[in-house]
Amino acid sequence: MTAELVAVEVARTEALLRIAGASTVAELAAVETEVSGRRSTIMELRKGLASLDAEGRRRVGQAVNEVLAAVSEALSLRRHELAQADWAQRFEAERLDLTECSPQRRRGHLHPFTAAWERLEDVFVGMGFRVAEGPEIETEWFNFGALNFPEGHPARESQDSLWVDWATPGSTLLRTHTSPVQVRTMLDQAPPIYVVCPGRVFRQDTPDTTHMPVFHQIEGLVIDKAITLGDLAGTLDAFVKAFFGGDFSSRLRPSYFPFTEPSAEFDVRRPDGSWLELGGCGMVHPNVLQAGGIDPETWSGFAFGFGIDRFALTRHAVDDLREFWSGDIRFLSQF
Amino acid sequence: MKVLLSWLREFAPIEGDPQWLADQLSALGLAVEGIDLIGGHLDGIVVAKVLTTRPHPKADRIQLVDVDAGDGQALQICCGAFNMAAGDLVPLATLGSTMADGRLIERRKLRGEWSNGMLCAAAELGLSDPQDGIMILPPDLAVGADFRRAMGIASDVLFDLDVTGNRPDALSVAGVARDLAAWLKLPFAMIDPPLDEQADWPAAGAVAVDIIDGDLCGLFVARVLDGISVGPSPRWMADRLVALGMRPINNVVDVSNYVMLELGQPSHAFDLGRVAGGRIRVRWAGDQETVETLDGQRRVLSERDGTICDGEDRVIGIAGVMGGASTEISANTDRVLLEMAWWDPLSIARTARRLGLRSEASTRFERGSDPGIIDVAMRRFVQLLSETTAVRVAAGEVTAHGNLPEGATVTLRTARVNAVLGIVLGRDEIATLLEPIGFRSQVQGEDLVVRVPSFRMVDTTTEIDVIEEVGRQYGFERVVKTVPRPTNQAGALSPLQQQRRRLRQAMVGFGLTEVMPLPFLAPGDLDRAGLPGDAITVTNPLVEAESVLRTSLLPGVLKTLAFNDSHRNAPVSCFELGHVFLPTDRNAVLPDEREHLGAALAGLAAPAAMEVWQVVVDTLGIGSWRVVADSPPGLHPTRSARIEAAAAGTNIVVGAVGEVHPQAAEAYGVEGRVAWLQVDLSALLGLAQGAAPYRRVSRYPSSDIDLAFVVAETTPAAAVARALRQAAGALLVELSLFDVYRGDRVPAGARSLAYRLRLQAGDRTLTDAELGEVRGRCIDSVTSTLDAALRS
Repeated sequence: MTAELVAVEVARTEALLRIAGASTVAELAAVETEVSGRRSTIMELRKGLASLDAEGRRRVGQAVNEVLAAVSEALSLRRHELAQADWAQRFEAERLDLTECSPQRRRGHLHPFTAAWERLEDVFVGMGFRVAEGPEIETEWFNFGALNFPEGHPARESQDSLWVDWATPGSTLLRTHTSPVQVRTMLDQAPPIYVVCPGRVFRQDTPDTTHMPVFHQIEGLVIDKAITLGDLAGTLDAFVKAFFGGDFSSRLRPSYFPFTEPSAEFDVRRPDGSWLELGGCGMVHPNVLQAGGIDPETWSGFAFGFGIDRFALTRHAVDDLREFWSGDIRFLSQF
Repeated sequence: MKVLLSWLREFAPIEGDPQWLADQLSALGLAVEGIDLIGGHLDGIVVAKVLTTRPHPKADRIQLVDVDAGDGQALQICCGAFNMAAGDLVPLATLGSTMADGRLIERRKLRGEWSNGMLCAAAELGLSDPQDGIMILPPDLAVGADFRRAMGIASDVLFDLDVTGNRPDALSVAGVARDLAAWLKLPFAMIDPPLDEQADWPAAGAVAVDIIDGDLCGLFVARVLDGISVGPSPRWMADRLVALGMRPINNVVDVSNYVMLELGQPSHAFDLGRVAGGRIRVRWAGDQETVETLDGQRRVLSERDGTICDGEDRVIGIAGVMGGASTEISANTDRVLLEMAWWDPLSIARTARRLGLRSEASTRFERGSDPGIIDVAMRRFVQLLSETTAVRVAAGEVTAHGNLPEGATVTLRTARVNAVLGIVLGRDEIATLLEPIGFRSQVQGEDLVVRVPSFRMVDTTTEIDVIEEVGRQYGFERVVKTVPRPTNQAGALSPLQQQRRRLRQAMVGFGLTEVMPLPFLAPGDLDRAGLPGDAITVTNPLVEAESVLRTSLLPGVLKTLAFNDSHRNAPVSCFELGHVFLPTDRNAVLPDEREHLGAALAGLAAPAAMEVWQVVVDTLGIGSWRVVADSPPGLHPTRSARIEAAAAGTNIVVGAVGEVHPQAAEAYGVEGRVAWLQVDLSALLGLAQGAAPYRRVSRYPSSDIDLAFVVAETTPAAAVARALRQAAGALLVELSLFDVYRGDRVPAGARSLAYRLRLQAGDRTLTDAELGEVRGRCIDSVTSTLDAALRS
């Protein structure tokens, strides 16, 4: 019996040495069969228990079980160690320097005019307005005639307008303002009307730091029952506060436009007390309402308009309007 | 229009801080664009006499000047100018005075020498002087005298007003004074110059006036003067003319201009001795009739130009625009015919513009002058002229009438005034606001009947015109602000507008930058881009290079790419959303104007453009579309396709995709391939599908079938895909082309296309038999209808 116990002890020592000596997961699998498989020394010893007496079976059997448990634990530990080592090796092999990467596809850039246009639309939509659109080439009637421009008005003359070779000469032009959209809206839709008309307009202006022959403006038109000059002043003031901030305010100064009467310029007062001339406005002239098929005794309205591009100019402190039209990606990618 | 405060004060006792007055003028609609303080910074400037000039011991560029500032003592001044000599009188800024630029004059040392003031150049005093250096004053001034008083410089305020087209009255000092006085509740008094006529010399015997065409001239008033000697104007008058922007010429011309600026009425003086027959005829010109004008130019007239003719019907002046050379006043002039008239505004505007002869006078006539002021203006003319020369005035005015309009009589409804302005004024309060600006009212029940004054008769003809006057004099800033809200709608972008925004964001998200090239092209730009054909042109372009309206976004975007190329910028991926103008039907009222999307990816091939198209499709939710090999104009002939979408049962072309034609790219100086997508948004945006019904996600497993076909190059992959979709039917949930192979293992002129079909049923697991049957159908469909064989 003593001999068997010695043999068990030798098997334990040998098995633990072999397990510790395995250097890969595959090697360990082979070692496992060798030290705890059916043909392993320890399993042979266990088979030999039958030939021992009861006391021998008990003592040797207990020793064998202890060895098997120890081997199993050692195998598990070693397997874990080796797996960890494998992962570590793989991770090392996969090492990546992310600072080497420079993303090839970058987000593009919205044109600053578009951004300004959309911000303005958003404010007016928030105030209950819809957005109306129309063609950039217009008839003389929509651009001037319906808007109460008197015959012989300087704006009708070719020094301001760009005329095109369509239909009869002097009948068709690139619209000089988005007011034709107001007329189209009146003809399309019964009042009440609350719309803004943003769009591209054209004048015969030589390009310089503050002028371009093409620019963008937004006009507003409200036609409802009992609309007053006070409604115009209040609407513009609400717009100014929503767009610029609550500490801005506005004022109206009498002015003259053919399509509105009374007409006014509207100025924005900055928090520092200085004034910014923003645009023109007024009560829609009865002749314009009539041209739009609306009875001026039943309905009244106001209109206003101002440029969009200057907002992009001042927002980003750009000193030359022409930059926006240059297509220079070094400029456009800053926005 | 410029006005001087001192001049305004001759009509009304206007007082106040210049900035405050400017704010009041602006509140009336007379926007002040500039305020000039004339002689405002001359306090502390005295007349000094130069005693000696000496070199500065330590500086070359300044000298020491001893001056007498009036007390007989020598005062040392350091001076950087060398143009004065002992005995000269010069302006001295004494210690403690402030210069126009804000500099305070203090006693200080310059290189060790004391300077006790500053000698001034004219510019430093806000004056003009042709001479450089220190201003040398007339020798008769008293040493030590106050400079301003000695020089007779009155301190004054010059307002530069932006007068709008509806305010002819404000083109005169008197008119501005009237408006401002009414606003400030001050009395206004029109001048009433006396006139001494020669009772024994009736004007009617010396001149006769006939208005032949009454639609040209409403009123022609002539006076006859003699005994005039032509000479310079008094200094005060010349100064005022200069201040208001006119050049003094001689006493006759200057008085004419002065009266025009003061009262708004232009005038013209004829040498009566040279007016044949002493007779004036006012008529429209004959076609091609000519006249030599005062400036020596021979002018060819048309039937729409007004003329003044003599007794032999020869043209001696262009009505309201410019006088003729033949009757010009000269040193030999004996008798003068002084004309003041009221001309039809439109005809003056037309003629002045056509001949390029717009002037202060024609501007006043075309806005509508005041026939009611002519009598005062005549008397004022003679009164002022008398200051410099003897004048004899023949008795009476010779007057001829044409179709002179009258100031309208307008019914002004009190309720209407309040409804438009959003205020609450009583009838009598309205009348009180209107009366000081010349609108006289009579009560009619609750309302007023208002008579428009002659100085507003052209621009003010209807009730709303008068309401504007009430609003101006009430004050726009006093109107209470209110905000109306629509009750029939919520504010929103339309579905199309929302799609446009989503599309822009998707393009930007995909890496494209929005560009805005000018929509104008040069002649030939479209041809160079491979887009020949009719285009709309601007008939009066600024420059020839901007005379063609684009029919495609391609040329503008190519210019953008070329610009960035030539500036060594990284290859650009960009897009534009904009209108193109197609002359589709020249009989239509307007051109066929469409909104296009153009997207270009420089340095990338056609597949990149297909990716952008897929982004468009996914963003807008375009249900049914296809890409068909084609050679659209401007695009690469073998690497491009047209895009079709289903609309109302048929397929319409909504765009093109591929690469820019290499010859077009080269013509614009763009190197390498350019992936290009153009989409007609006017057609496409309307095709976006609304909310689609939910499709239940299957809980049963899916199965894949892989099929590879050898397909002739002439057969598009899209045809194979279509055949597979048709054959697989409803079980097909996904079809992908996962491999394209060209090479030795397939025949020349063909390629291998490998597809994976993912099949799935919503209600069961598909059996092998079912899958086999689908597979067979698919193979059969492709190989029997197309030039394709199953690749084994």
